Amino acid sequence: MLEKALKGSPGYWIWLFVLAGIASVGMLVYVVQLNMGLKLTGMSRDVSWGFYIAQLTYLVGVAASAVMLVLPAYFHHYKAFKKIIILGEFLAIASVAMCILFVVVDLGQPQRLFNVVLHPTPNSVLFWDMVVLNVYMYLNLFIGWVSLECERNRVDPPSWLKYFIWLSIIWAFSIHTVTAFLYAGLPGRHYWLTAIMAARFLASAFASGPAILLLLVFLLQKLTKFRAGTEAIMSVAKIITYAMCVNIFFYLLEMFTSFYSSIPGHKSPIIYLFSGLDGYNQWVPYMWVAVITAAISLVLLIPAKIRDNHKVLPWALMLLVIATYIDKGIGLIVGGFTPTPFETVTEYVPTIPELTITIGIYAIGAIILTILWKIAIEVKRDLGTLDKEPPKFKKLYVEDLQYSEDYH
Amino acid sequence: MSKTRRDFLKIAGISALGLGCSALPAAASEEGLAAAPAADAPAADTMNPHALTATRWGMAIFTRKIKGPEHFKQIISACHSYHNVPKIPKHKNEIKWIWEDSFEHTFTEKESHYLAEDVKMMDFLLLCNHCDNPPCVRVCPTKATFKRDWDGIVMMDMHRCIGCRFCMAACPYGSRSFNFGDPRPYIKELNPDYPTRMRGVVEKCDFCVERLAQGMMPACVEASEGALVFGDLDDPNSDVRKALRENFSIRRKTSLGTQPSVYYII
Repeated sequence: MLEKALKGSPGYWIWLFVLAGIASVGMLVYVVQLNMGLKLTGMSRDVSWGFYIAQLTYLVGVAASAVMLVLPAYFHHYKAFKKIIILGEFLAIASVAMCILFVVVDLGQPQRLFNVVLHPTPNSVLFWDMVVLNVYMYLNLFIGWVSLECERNRVDPPSWLKYFIWLSIIWAFSIHTVTAFLYAGLPGRHYWLTAIMAARFLASAFASGPAILLLLVFLLQKLTKFRAGTEAIMSVAKIITYAMCVNIFFYLLEMFTSFYSSIPGHKSPIIYLFSGLDGYNQWVPYMWVAVITAAISLVLLIPAKIRDNHKVLPWALMLLVIATYIDKGIGLIVGGFTPTPFETVTEYVPTIPELTITIGIYAIGAIILTILWKIAIEVKRDLGTLDKEPPKFKKLYVEDLQYSEDYH
Repeated sequence: MSKTRRDFLKIAGISALGLGCSALPAAASEEGLAAAPAADAPAADTMNPHALTATRWGMAIFTRKIKGPEHFKQIISACHSYHNVPKIPKHKNEIKWIWEDSFEHTFTEKESHYLAEDVKMMDFLLLCNHCDNPPCVRVCPTKATFKRDWDGIVMMDMHRCIGCRFCMAACPYGSRSFNFGDPRPYIKELNPDYPTRMRGVVEKCDFCVERLAQGMMPACVEASEGALVFGDLDDPNSDVRKALRENFSIRRKTSLGTQPSVYYII
């Protein structure tokens, strides 16, 4: 099916070349980083993880968008999602690929990467994170490819595929849990040393991942004749709303524990993030932007009337993405390292090379996503299902995994 | 003499019994306070006959025996020049194995509004604590950071390290440094007896394992003029145990359960 990515409009090719250009700039800067070392970054002895690991943390959540579609479709026989599942699976592949790239560019000695495989260390969470991320990527690639190939050939997907789908649903939970465990088990870091970290990761992922997917679907509907179906969009929006409420609730639980117990170690990272500590306050405006955007997004998402208005929905989702990105992408890492083990503050600012490499990796992710989605769209165009609304309230049973005529 | 099948089984049985029994003392020693050297300890005949050995190396620091900045400098530079630790001026990327800091920064848990004046003015030596339960070893994905079971020293394999810096995030004592750039240009006088590092790996104090193996005390202990006492924490008659028996001592962040092996006699 790869050949479907080789034919496209001039716009498609210009887009790919622009992305390739950005990716090459990122790669050039990465070569410089390889030669000079991580001193090019804003990281320090005290803040030893920075922007790269923050992106990993956030993108693990984006990979979640797939499971929020696959789970209702295959566990609850909810058919409205059937048409966008493939988009979610392909988005998961692109985001996990970016996650892995961010881990690689963060390494001081990337050429020794395979030491993780050569000397497997089950007591290290990083080892397990590598395992779950890779398996999740290949699971999605496999499931997505097989089901798309079957759709193209107008045959039913093989019945054994359902076992892989079930595995992928459970596996999706593991990638968030294990990534949260990277942080949650460290004795000296109060902001991370919390049992609710994994649950927060899941809630935040199930809000931000589908939000990004939905934004991309809106964009796709603008650029092509693809129609996801009103019901599917409304249902995903509902899931996002619930997940965001739970995400904020979990964050407030952290606030209660920290401030009611009044233990300085637990309070100080939050104080640093929201009002500054010892005169250091550079992340304060960002955190308040996160609070405000989160609040506005919920005001726009909770009332069904506003949520179902497809003119407002993209804006609400954008605000939600900004809020979750600042909280999990920036606040989590910076808050974990501040204050330092010596109860001092060392501020972290990402540098230009760091940002360039980051943007380069996003460009690579966008190339992967563009090509995969292009293939999916072309298959649906050939079948003539591109702009057809999926049937309403039809139940899908995984046992027979059939495509009825009206779906096509 | 031809061996029958019966003879073979007899020998096999006895060997199996022997193997089983040899595991017993190892299991029993885990129960005891003073653990016997583990099976993976280097064989005695492969070691330098003068090598210093212990089942749990540890250090006691007589904080009041360190007389001022010159004395600190002497101890720190003894370590740093021996181990080719680079002097990088920018705080952000600095490398340090042993350094000094105030009471408040060293003993963050032991906060007091009314700290004794002299303690408030004092500085304390900080180094890797060589914990019994080192979080850095727990998180390392390649076993580049590992603990030697037979003497408790937490070590770094610079050739194994991939530079993920998970150990730095995990260490509650901020004892680890990362070579953000090439350290070699920042080494003023090279000690040819000790290797230099490359960029992209983590490093830290290793209790001078290579000196112990040659029968010498750690460089900082040697330069401390008696302020630092080093020895076997498992041996009740060692100097370090004697110092701890006779003086009140504290350790850093004991509530975290890592069980540091560096004791501060205040």
